[in-house]
Amino acid sequence: MVELYVLLGLMIVGAVIATEVKDLLSAVIAVGVVGLALSIVFLLLMAPDVAITQIVVEIAAVILLIRATLNTDISARSCTGRPFGAVMGLAFLGLGVLAALVTFPQGLSPFGNPLMTVSAFYPVNSMAGTGATNVVSAVILDYRGYDTLGEATVLFTAVVGVLTVMRATGRKESQDAGESHE
Amino acid sequence: MQVRAMSKEHEPGMSLIVKTVTRLTIGLIFLYGIYIVLHGHLTPGGGFAGGVIVALSFINLTLAFGGSASSKVFSLDAAHMVEALGAIMFLAIALLGLQWGGFFDNFLRSDGEPGMLVSAGIIPLANIAICMKVGAGIFAIFLTLIVIQKFEGEGRNR
Repeated sequence: MVELYVLLGLMIVGAVIATEVKDLLSAVIAVGVVGLALSIVFLLLMAPDVAITQIVVEIAAVILLIRATLNTDISARSCTGRPFGAVMGLAFLGLGVLAALVTFPQGLSPFGNPLMTVSAFYPVNSMAGTGATNVVSAVILDYRGYDTLGEATVLFTAVVGVLTVMRATGRKESQDAGESHE
Repeated sequence: MQVRAMSKEHEPGMSLIVKTVTRLTIGLIFLYGIYIVLHGHLTPGGGFAGGVIVALSFINLTLAFGGSASSKVFSLDAAHMVEALGAIMFLAIALLGLQWGGFFDNFLRSDGEPGMLVSAGIIPLANIAICMKVGAGIFAIFLTLIVIQKFEGEGRNR
């Protein structure tokens, strides 16, 4: 589990660099390092489905971010020190640690224990029930099909929203342009 | 020689090195995405991850060769159509289950033995539908955010 803590430390360093560095391109690359380390963490925790999705979406999002930031005129942002925000952040961190210490006085139970009733059902019964050897696929597309439908609807709404807001020429604008050209 | 160099310079997109590497790797990336989708019910992966990988191969093509080259392969209108088709296909699979028992009922469950490519009933079909939806949707967002904005900016600068 040493490698897990090394990766978590790398993610914290990457996140701090991403928020503190002045150059936007460097910040995007630091965010990419955080995402890559997170996908390896998922792999170490034996969740290959999530790891694949994490790294793929991270690459897509980082490429989109790089291209989008490089096309804008802003290449650096001003970074003003705000001591009030830092103090409040530390206060919330302390509160969280305090709440964790009060809630789990003898420490957290090992990862994956105790097994919930629902999650104990799927590995035993999904093979016979659906015929899929990948339990994650059986859960998200058969037992929890509603969730996947909702997620697909969210993505569909996002795509429609982006296409509507960011379209090349609005209907009204193109009509105006046509009239002015005439 | 000089004419060839001139013609290369006037082509849109990135440098010759990037174009050559893209030409070599893009088919492998696309096939890997298709593999992840089709084996979603057997091995880790599925429609979402595979769809994003397929979209990334088209994004790679757009970045290396420019927007006009990729619109010949897969235009924004085609992306709209494939995305809507995937959404309707997924909803139709879910609604077809009503005929046999309920919403999202796995009505093809008995066909095929577990572990084979053709098995698990509606799960591979739903994976393909989600791949079409997610891949085309992410590619459409990419085209809208990057390519069209860039063309608009160039038009304004003129």
